[in-house]
Amino acid sequence: MAKMNMLHAINSALDITMNEHPQACIFGEDVGYFGGVFRATSGLQEKYGKHRVFNTPLTEQGILGFANGLAAFGAPALAEIQFADYIFPAFDQIVNESAKFRYRSGNEFNVGNLTVRTPYGGGIAGGLYHSQSPEAYFAHTPGLKIVVPRNPYQAKGLLRASIKDDNPVIFFEPKRLYRASTGEVPEDDYTIELGKAEVVQEGTDITLLAWGAQMEIVENSAKQAHEQGISCEVIDLRSILPWDVETIAKSVTKTGRLVISHEAPITNGFGAEIAATIQQECFLHLESPIMRVCGLDTPYPLALEKEYVPDALKVMAAIKQSMDF
Amino acid sequence: MSNPNNVSLNINHDLEFIDGHALTIPTLSILTEEGDIHPSATAPTISKHTALKLYETMRFIRLLDERMQGAQRQGRVSFYMQCLGEEAAVTASAAALDQNDMIMAQYREQAALHYRGFTLDQFMNQMFSNELDLGKGRQMPIHYGSKELNYMTISSPLGTQIPQATGYAYGQKVKHIDAKTGELASTIDNVTICYFGEGAASEGDFHAGLNMAAVHKAPVIFFARNNGYAISTPAEEQFKGDGIASRGVGYGIKTIRVDGSDALAVFAATQKAREIAATQGEPVLIESIAYRLGAHSTSDDPSGYRSKDEEANHKVCPIDKFKKWLIKQDWLNEEDDAKAKEAIREDILAALKRAEKVQKPALEELISDVYDTPIPSLTRQYNDLKAHIKQHPDAYPITAGRIK
Ligand SMILES: Cc1ncc(C[n+]2csc(CCOP(=O)(O)OP(=O)(O)O)c2C)c(N)n1
Repeated sequence: MAKMNMLHAINSALDITMNEHPQACIFGEDVGYFGGVFRATSGLQEKYGKHRVFNTPLTEQGILGFANGLAAFGAPALAEIQFADYIFPAFDQIVNESAKFRYRSGNEFNVGNLTVRTPYGGGIAGGLYHSQSPEAYFAHTPGLKIVVPRNPYQAKGLLRASIKDDNPVIFFEPKRLYRASTGEVPEDDYTIELGKAEVVQEGTDITLLAWGAQMEIVENSAKQAHEQGISCEVIDLRSILPWDVETIAKSVTKTGRLVISHEAPITNGFGAEIAATIQQECFLHLESPIMRVCGLDTPYPLALEKEYVPDALKVMAAIKQSMDF
Repeated sequence: MSNPNNVSLNINHDLEFIDGHALTIPTLSILTEEGDIHPSATAPTISKHTALKLYETMRFIRLLDERMQGAQRQGRVSFYMQCLGEEAAVTASAAALDQNDMIMAQYREQAALHYRGFTLDQFMNQMFSNELDLGKGRQMPIHYGSKELNYMTISSPLGTQIPQATGYAYGQKVKHIDAKTGELASTIDNVTICYFGEGAASEGDFHAGLNMAAVHKAPVIFFARNNGYAISTPAEEQFKGDGIASRGVGYGIKTIRVDGSDALAVFAATQKAREIAATQGEPVLIESIAYRLGAHSTSDDPSGYRSKDEEANHKVCPIDKFKKWLIKQDWLNEEDDAKAKEAIREDILAALKRAEKVQKPALEELISDVYDTPIPSLTRQYNDLKAHIKQHPDAYPITAGRIK
């Protein structure tokens, strides 16, 4: 074990992959010698050479098209999109190509070797174009897997599992936590199963569900709630697609209440899918309507970020509302 | 020979491939380092008024950049981007336009905006995202915009302005087309200039924008600022072939390359480009070569990806070069210049302090402008948020005190 921040943990997962597979390639804007604008790929070009760790021209569409081809060839394609806000020029390559390669060819071809890493989310005074959480757009697309880690340990294990998984995976990294979140991480290889949520804290009165950077917020609310005598079960969804209905349904069956929180705008956010499914699964066990605490239906603002963001106080208000229903 | 494939069929019997560098495009240079006109060059006609305004803009932007770089380090603004080394490219191109021509910029073109008349306070209000910011405090510092000054508000995703500029320019042209003949009936009164970096020229939007402009003949001046770097990525890892200019030629667009540290060369090229766009109703591409002397932004450190030697090799100051020429014209003297600089520095500091004190936008601005009028779900969310803030005023100090 070693103390690592999230960037180190990600770097370690990439390093193991590069060692393991002689054709694995890491590429994206500024990822080469510079190590990426957040330094997630630091040192890897020195170690594995310019032909396996390289800067691409500034074209997200090109990065994903290239990645699809490389992965179809059979090499692990580890693509970085500098900010999730800039993944949209590559939307067609991801949604129409990566996601449908296997299906449309009757599995003659597939891009299971593709992993797209991209920093997402707010809290860094980044405004409209450096703060978005676009997971829901991709969650509407069969054929992709979507993963969001909450801390360094999770990041390394989930990234390794994403890379090993035989499907294209989009790996959203909470950039606010890149350096802020540290913890003990094994230096050796390990994986965390995709598609499984984790019960981070057990409780009896209400279930709080989030993912990525929002986990820190709901854990804070759970502490506040505890002081007021409310016992929260806190769950990290970890994988958005596929998502773990069973673990959430089991928890809500026990507690009878659910609060879902995410940074992305509330309308058609992934919380909506969860609420609809859990309502069906747990209808007779629900003590109050499922609540959502999310971003507003506006672009991500700058000056009024605090007002916009689903903070611990807003989650707490929802917990109380649910308890008092 | 022309044929249905729209290519020249110049039949040849040798198996021959043309090299990517076969097209070598010259670079227009007019001013020498000493501020003289190259013996074989022709200086453009430029009035004393325009020349001085051009110089004053560059001087102002240099001082603003220096101060705001510092302000970012002091934690007073969250982010800044300077245009060190590219002042002449941006200012002189803007100076060659009509005030009502549209400017669609990338982000490093604050000098063009100042040339148009964007005031010091307007710059500061945007950077401090206060309630006087025309963009209502929604975007990061340097994302300026002004309808009055025909300067389209900056959007961070790179390259998106390029096909938009083509469309905008097409709009400017349409009203000059004779409905019967479909031909241009008169000179186009206003055209569009579109700035972007050599990095952004790799985006799909660049290719789409140039191709559309060429085929549909939009009066847009594509102004590529080739400054050698896209964040840490050097130009040789960005593209092959002869710069961005060769791409313009590839798309069938009239193209010129200029020394971007030479205000007179940029002015002359842009003036001519404007004339072509306005009278012939077609696009033009200008590639300006001017090394990015500074960091990409306050978030990066160029010592991580380029050597001090390399930087020293490129230390051409476009402002000094132009200043020497102005002095030789007897339009400027060192003493007045030094005095003006001192006064500007003081103005900048005062404006910074003023903007810092202006309050942030009101809570309503969170939901305004998402649509022309807020849709019901937004109004509902706003009312819930207001109630929440009223209950917890201490947690939301920026807005709580002003909620009715
Ligand atoms: C679509 C998109 N991808 C990535 C970025 C991140 N980014 C911002 S500036 C920049 C480099 C741009 O370089 P260039 O176009 O050469 O202009 P310069 O900064 O040199 O003026 C990058 C990669 C972005 N803003 N938009």
